[in-house]
Amino acid sequence: MTDDWQQGGFGLYVHWPFCQAKCPYCDFNSHVSSQIDQKIWVAAYLSELDRNAPDLSGRVLNTIFFGGGTPSLMEPETVAAVIEAARKHWPVSNDLEITLEANPGSVEAGRFSGYRDAGVNRISMGIQALNDNDLRRLGRIHSVAEARAAFDIARSCFDRVSFDLIYARQDQTLSDWTAELTEALSMAVDHLSLYQLTIEDGTAFGDRYARGKLRGLPEDETAADMYLSTQEICASHGLPAYEVSNHARPGSESRHNQIYWRYGDYLGIGPGAHGRLTINGQRYATETFRMPGEWVKAVNSGSGDALRTPLSTTEQAEEYMMMSMRLSQGLDIERYTKFSGSPINSHKLSQLVDLGMVEQDGAMLRATTTGRPVLNAILRELMVG
Amino acid sequence: MTDLAHIRNFSIVAHIDHGKSTLADRLIQETGTVKDRDMKEQLLDSMDIERERGITIKANTVRIDYTADNGEHYVLNLIDTPGHVDFAYEVSRSMRAVEGSLLVVDSTQGVEAQTLANVYQAIEADHEIVPVLNKIDLPASDCDRVAEQIEDVIGIDATDAIQVSAKTGQGIHATLESIVTHLPAPKGNLDAPLKAMLVDSWYDAYLGVIVLVRIMDGTLKRGMRVKFMSNNTLHHVDRVGVFRPEMEMVDSLGPGEIGFLTASIKQVRDTRVGDTITNDRNGTEVALDGFKPAQPVVFCGLFPVDSSEFEDLRDAIDKLALNDASFSFEMETSAALGFGFRCGFLGLLHLEVIRDRIEREYDIELITTAPSVVYHIFMRDGAMTELHNPADMPDMTLVDHLEEPRIKATILVPDEYLGDVLKLCQDRRGIQEDLTYAGTRAMVVYDLPLNEVVFDFYDRLKSVTKGYASFDYHMTGYREDNLVKMSILVNDEPVDALSMMVHRDRAEMRGRAMCEKLKDLIPRHMFKIPIQAAIGGKVIARETLSALRKDVTAKCYGGDATRKRKLLDKQKAGKKKMRQFGKVDIPQEAFISALKMDG
Repeated sequence: MTDDWQQGGFGLYVHWPFCQAKCPYCDFNSHVSSQIDQKIWVAAYLSELDRNAPDLSGRVLNTIFFGGGTPSLMEPETVAAVIEAARKHWPVSNDLEITLEANPGSVEAGRFSGYRDAGVNRISMGIQALNDNDLRRLGRIHSVAEARAAFDIARSCFDRVSFDLIYARQDQTLSDWTAELTEALSMAVDHLSLYQLTIEDGTAFGDRYARGKLRGLPEDETAADMYLSTQEICASHGLPAYEVSNHARPGSESRHNQIYWRYGDYLGIGPGAHGRLTINGQRYATETFRMPGEWVKAVNSGSGDALRTPLSTTEQAEEYMMMSMRLSQGLDIERYTKFSGSPINSHKLSQLVDLGMVEQDGAMLRATTTGRPVLNAILRELMVG
Repeated sequence: MTDLAHIRNFSIVAHIDHGKSTLADRLIQETGTVKDRDMKEQLLDSMDIERERGITIKANTVRIDYTADNGEHYVLNLIDTPGHVDFAYEVSRSMRAVEGSLLVVDSTQGVEAQTLANVYQAIEADHEIVPVLNKIDLPASDCDRVAEQIEDVIGIDATDAIQVSAKTGQGIHATLESIVTHLPAPKGNLDAPLKAMLVDSWYDAYLGVIVLVRIMDGTLKRGMRVKFMSNNTLHHVDRVGVFRPEMEMVDSLGPGEIGFLTASIKQVRDTRVGDTITNDRNGTEVALDGFKPAQPVVFCGLFPVDSSEFEDLRDAIDKLALNDASFSFEMETSAALGFGFRCGFLGLLHLEVIRDRIEREYDIELITTAPSVVYHIFMRDGAMTELHNPADMPDMTLVDHLEEPRIKATILVPDEYLGDVLKLCQDRRGIQEDLTYAGTRAMVVYDLPLNEVVFDFYDRLKSVTKGYASFDYHMTGYREDNLVKMSILVNDEPVDALSMMVHRDRAEMRGRAMCEKLKDLIPRHMFKIPIQAAIGGKVIARETLSALRKDVTAKCYGGDATRKRKLLDKQKAGKKKMRQFGKVDIPQEAFISALKMDG
């Protein structure tokens, strides 16, 4: 399994942990800070790349992804410095994909051309809703008009533009959502990430939900209908789902995210970034310090890593199954068996096939359109076997 | 050996929480039997479960030396008895071993049903009874009212009741004096052959079985050979001693004395409570009356949650059985639950204690199936068999009729809850036998089928009376009734562990309630699941659990892999705790929760 990661590729994830405001639904590692000396951050990122490069030398880098937080708060020079350093450490593939997550505000849009000049060739915008009232309830600081303007600028700067929408929002009906989705699809877009609003512990929504103060969330049945309609509408507009929540025109899929789902290797730098790195035949799960100040300090004294845990073959089998079954492409049975050392429980498998939840197509096992909305239940069945 | 005139043997009768153990502690402390620095709360209760629930399961005993105000030295033997109805037989034997009782009543609460049952046992054993009003330090204490109640309800004179605060120590000296002056000395003949009652026994890892005895006649000496009369086994006595409460070896015990013997006995099973011990040769001809082998009345299946722990469970049950002759077991196989044991218990508390001990002391998680009473099945050919497990119910065409065990239940309840209590008893097929008042409290006596009580009657009673009712019962015999076996089918597969015997008139109601409960207890699956209750081939109730429609993580990227894997691992572990019936996973708690009735 020395080179198993090659079946998924190799990418670099850069975490920018700052936001102008914390959204009430977000459980990502983000912090609000007014004074950020970007020079310190550039130095820290470069130091982390220098530290990791020797273990990963000779690889071809397929993707770079700036995530956050709000990476569109980064100065284009900061982004350029990281890209330049990465290119220095690794040969890159011809189709190197460099994505940056952007807030669709007017200030950010002003930096888009700068990012393009730095090398960014794909932008992913957190539009979240095409309804001002809902944007406010989601705690977003932009308006629909600003988002549309930012989107147009993005389109003019980048070949590839994606945006996120959140559905099953408070007081949203099925027809509200299908109308909004159809509107989104009418914008010249080739990739959409469509997430059901998930109430996470430790967020403002989570607290409100626990206190019974988060009202108007759609019933499970409605949310299930929204999911199904989403699949149908996107497919009929030429953006079929290639993953549970991601839709793209064929060829416009996010290559970076597919590294996760195809269980490739990824180096994660920046506060709270996770990685999967195969070094001398052993796959490690890495995690850096979460708090920005703590991470910078740790980097300055040698390493930003808080954890570097070797993964057993069983854990790798579970992770591979969990991630790959999210893809419409599915799981490579032979690859899975190499990790697990034993075949998938055939009794469980045939039960799931009979129920129409999964299908086996040659070497691949995949969740059907019926199965994907209950993927967690499928995984529980398959993983217990 | 102490002469008979200077011995006093007594027990303490009290309701849970009325301060029995605290009073015992104070008596021990006051007489200097245990040094203050060695005192710990509730000296006599040894097992964790006893301590936590404030109940005593095994009889405990302590020998107290006391110099009375008259200057004479006395030996006081206290037997602390199990206070619960499940152990009524054990209580009756302990009562026979002593001549008097302290009746401890919480002066803030008054007499409870359990107190009544035990005090009647004391009266039946011809005890002299000294009423003790406890907790007089509390502001809510009302000694006059409670004394009056003792006279009204129990019918004994309470004018000389001692007022005590076991907490502060007030009245303890008076209690000791009263034991010496009011309780009779034991009788017995030193020159007769040995006649000793086996009061209780338990296993000790170092000494083997320890046998608690009361000497009636003759002398028990170290080194002698004795005979247990119920099974004619002979034993060489290698130790004789008393409890203070730690073991202290003595050379011999004479008439009226209470102590223990060890005789390299390996199993508690070989020592039966109530048995008579005598000399191996020229022993007494006449055994003590009242001996009864233990008779389990409630049966249930115990299965390990993790089926690989079956051998550990066998080991645990074997070990517990060594120390509990009243608990019976045999191996059982269930289509759904795999290998386990069908176990018989003296009652529900006994069941819970054993189950808790297996889970706690042996760290084995258990699935407990529906508790069932023992039915008598009369076949058409005239034969009678006992039914311990509804799953074993024979073909109804071969059955002439069934009989079920009945009990007499006594409930004491403040009158504002009386209506609810009567309704509960009525709903459970009860027949009212008596209803009387003592002040603002009512005492109701009901004839009830044991199978309606065995499961959650006590919980329901506590809940409808906000905990103010007290309850006690004893078995009265068997009676024919219209009983049927109700099966539960999940996704068209019968689940043997959920089948139960019910009265025909109550079957629809129980069936509907079970199906509704199961609908909530079984998680949604990827397909819809019919849940049915049936008698024979006839479906009497039906619910449908709709299919799971959405359960997928919306966002799962590189940073989520570890967290989501751990989450799935946790769910996987949860799934392992479920049992598969056909294609359906049923959580273990469903087997018990499904039976709980709300009304």
